[in-house]
Amino acid sequence: MASLNVRAAVVSITFLILVLGMWEMSAQAPEAETAMTEYERLMGGADQESRVPPPSKVIALAWEELSNPFYDAGANDKGIGIQLAYSIYRVLTGYLAAMAIALPVGFLIGMSPLMYKALNPYIQVLRPISPLAWMPLALFIIQDSDASAIFVIFICSIWPMLLNTAFGVANVREDWINVARTHELGPLRTALTVILPAAAPTILTGMRISIGIAWLVIVAAEMLVGGTGIGYYVWNEWNNLDLASVIFSILMIGVVGMVLDLILGRAQRLVEYKE
Amino acid sequence: MSKSFLEVDGLSKVYPDGQGGDLTVFEDIRFSLEKGEFVCIIGHSGCGKSTILNVLAGLDEATEGNLVMNGKEVKGPSLERGVVFQNYSLFPWKSALKNITFAVQARWPSWSKEQVREHSERYLKMVGLDHAMHRKPSQLSGGMRQRVSIARAFATQPELLLLDEPFGALDALTRGVIQDELVKIWEETRQTVFMITHDVDEAILLSDRIFLMSNGPNARIAESVSVDMPHPRARATIFQNPSYHKVRDYLVDFLVNRSSTALPEKDGTPKVISPAGGDSAPTPDDDSQSASPAHAVNA
Repeated sequence: MASLNVRAAVVSITFLILVLGMWEMSAQAPEAETAMTEYERLMGGADQESRVPPPSKVIALAWEELSNPFYDAGANDKGIGIQLAYSIYRVLTGYLAAMAIALPVGFLIGMSPLMYKALNPYIQVLRPISPLAWMPLALFIIQDSDASAIFVIFICSIWPMLLNTAFGVANVREDWINVARTHELGPLRTALTVILPAAAPTILTGMRISIGIAWLVIVAAEMLVGGTGIGYYVWNEWNNLDLASVIFSILMIGVVGMVLDLILGRAQRLVEYKE
Repeated sequence: MSKSFLEVDGLSKVYPDGQGGDLTVFEDIRFSLEKGEFVCIIGHSGCGKSTILNVLAGLDEATEGNLVMNGKEVKGPSLERGVVFQNYSLFPWKSALKNITFAVQARWPSWSKEQVREHSERYLKMVGLDHAMHRKPSQLSGGMRQRVSIARAFATQPELLLLDEPFGALDALTRGVIQDELVKIWEETRQTVFMITHDVDEAILLSDRIFLMSNGPNARIAESVSVDMPHPRARATIFQNPSYHKVRDYLVDFLVNRSSTALPEKDGTPKVISPAGGDSAPTPDDDSQSASPAHAVNA
């Protein structure tokens, strides 16, 4: 009996072939039953109905795009690598800015019941706001579409990090704090050597949720602000009616999102501990 | 004012009882400890033993009363008072050794890395865990964890060691083994120890004196029982000593029959009892040797 991994791989691949096969068949244009008229031939084919491109076409396009991902042929024709790089740059900038605020503020809220009670109402009101709702205000205040997109990433990734940090810090076991106290550790050393490692798994969980949300939001944000980025690319290809490119970029969004999540998953495993 | 190492004077703790009134857990707790003494405190649950220990540690505050150690008032936690908690309280993300170097580093910030490591390893060895020093607490059994915790407390060589039912969560066999470890390490270091226990035999094996608490609320330390048996004591042979049974019978009688009514002397100090009939002066036999907490550092 093959190992579970091998069997799972077999099922996975069978499933993929089945789905691609069905897709390929359904996406073929039906054979014209009668000869095309002159007019139809002039119009480029008998089929008036537009169809989703078959996977073979998408794969061919993917091959072409991925073999030269960084070409730059003007504003509306850049390689997929460049578009993804723009998106990743925006996500990371907004995300790191959110981290710089969320971690210290989360610590403060977690350690001080007063600050928790004082700030909690604001957090509860601001948190459920769709990050895109901030876009007009951001555009008006910042007056720069690129910075506005980064701001939207910032505002959407701050909440999970903030709340998880506060929760993790507030729930550090009393005994560990007492150990720090009986060893005369100052507040800063207690925070860094006891509370931070104790709360790190919870904090990393928040960071992982945040990066996921940030990657979801960047696509929508870039569709709005335009110019560059994978979100803009998807929308632009839709305007070009190039559905193969749309499908290809959807897949690429998934792949990059998965990689970001994997990286944070690794980091999470590094700080995890068993009690 | 006497010149004992630790003077506890009129300690009491009052909590709101949740119905608008007050609940006095214990009151007018008075006792003193001498340098190098091993003292256990026994009492039924709810008499506030742990609170007394936490007050001594500086982790909790008494409602009333004074605490003077070495002529200085005790305020807040300090490295001079080490604590071993019942649930070990090791940092699970640090290895056994790192849990100890953390404490040693905090105690002597000027020490070099090698010095800290060497000192920490020596104490791990004392509890027989040098083979497991790189393991995380989750990879250690409960008994091993508590040994690391004990090693950590002894390694910082505090003036006073506070043990809060350190063996409460261990099975009887493991408990016996670690009691032996504790006897050994205490014989080597002669730290002043104040320990909470529920186990009468454990108290007799380890202590010079045993404090008996009456039941809460309004609990007091009613009696101070001298255990006049020479150190070192061995778990396997201690019951052959005739004093052992007298002390044990006395303690059990107190806990079963008298703990709800027992009272201290009129001046609030515990009644000094010596069930074995020895003279009641509770000085440990080699007090002089224990008076230098630094000797183990240079060893």
